[in-house]
Amino acid sequence: MSLDQLNLKIVFGGGLELLFSNQRSHNISIPSRVNSKLYNGETTTTEEQNIKSFSRRPGILVLINDTDWELEGEGDYVLNDGDEIVLISTLHGG
Amino acid sequence: MPARSCALCNKANAILKRPKTGQQICKQCFFIVFETEVHNTITNANLFKPGDRVAIGASGGKDSTVLAYVMKTLNDRYNYGLQLYLLSIDEGITGYRDDSLETVKRNQTQYDLPLKILSYDELYGWTMDRIVEQIGKKNNCTFCGVFRRQALDRGASMLNVDHIVTGHNADDIAETVLMNIMRGDIARLGRCTLICTQGEDTIKRSKPFKYTYEKEIVMYAYFKKLDYFSTECIYSPDAYRGHARAFLKDLEAARPSAIIDIIHSGEAFEVAEEIKLKDQRTCTRCGYISSNELCKACALLEGLERGIAGMGVNQYHLDNLKQYRRESIAQH
Ligand SMILES: [Zn+2]
Ligand SMILES: [Zn+2]
Repeated sequence: MSLDQLNLKIVFGGGLELLFSNQRSHNISIPSRVNSKLYNGETTTTEEQNIKSFSRRPGILVLINDTDWELEGEGDYVLNDGDEIVLISTLHGG
Repeated sequence: MPARSCALCNKANAILKRPKTGQQICKQCFFIVFETEVHNTITNANLFKPGDRVAIGASGGKDSTVLAYVMKTLNDRYNYGLQLYLLSIDEGITGYRDDSLETVKRNQTQYDLPLKILSYDELYGWTMDRIVEQIGKKNNCTFCGVFRRQALDRGASMLNVDHIVTGHNADDIAETVLMNIMRGDIARLGRCTLICTQGEDTIKRSKPFKYTYEKEIVMYAYFKKLDYFSTECIYSPDAYRGHARAFLKDLEAARPSAIIDIIHSGEAFEVAEEIKLKDQRTCTRCGYISSNELCKACALLEGLERGIAGMGVNQYHLDNLKQYRRESIAQH
């Protein structure tokens, strides 16, 4: 990966946006590393930490570029510049 | 990572792993199997007959929004011949229900379905805001549950419908099975897995999403870009249900069939139903069908009113209730 920074779009839904000033869509940049997994042992930014803690919680659906992350290897997915990650809570309201 | 093709059509890229089967399927196939499975649930259980008037209990949340969309779609596609309505209950919770009702009003236009909104205030003379003000947050869900059930029935009578469908999904039902086991509530355990129930009144209640996983409902709403409201009720710290739900989600993560397995377990319990021959009578206060002198809602209301010295029964609302009751008798 030649870029120093990975630009990502993070979208929250299903009530999670309420934890982020009620804003659904966030553009973030994280330092790219040799292996920028969606989550691994170390985290660098709060955004990344949040993704990590959310996605590990049951009841949060994750989509990477509009595809169920269960098809993308979940946490083993290697992030690419420009990826869109959607996190949706299933637990809120019927 | 190479794109995987759909297990059903072998053409388009898979976008979803089905929790029920583990199959990897594309968006179009997902829509089709999701809708077809609900259709099969409806036809296998013979839920409706042509000409039925059916109210969709609509909260503005994901389940009932998807239910309204799918019921409308299936009614058109398979010519069920149903007359569909949206029925919403306004519990009077500022900042929660008023926002979600705005969603239901948009759904009314989007899906072209008539909408009836009935409020606790007009039916009982109390909003949940005022009830919580008086009794605190501890037991308010009891009030809300009893009031909502009766309010839905009354709304159904006013719409002259014979059937209410609700958005309860497979996860909800599995969770309820677990909770009834943990509480030792054997009578409810026998009933909670039924797809269709008919209470003391004549109105049927059904759950077309009985076998539909929550994950697929949320994914369906996401890919169809359906407009729904998602905030937890501000008064519902139902901790017990929360634990049951978290436990269920952990089980599902380990084995996706856990949800359907638990529903099947619930169905397999043979619950010896006591034959209830309690006389059908009507509530002396409001006229609603009841097995006691006062119906559950009125018993709760009496308690509330006793709590406010000098307030007494609000005659206006009592007259309202009697009027609704007369209307519903006239219609049946
Ligand atoms: Zn396909
Ligand atoms: Zn009553």
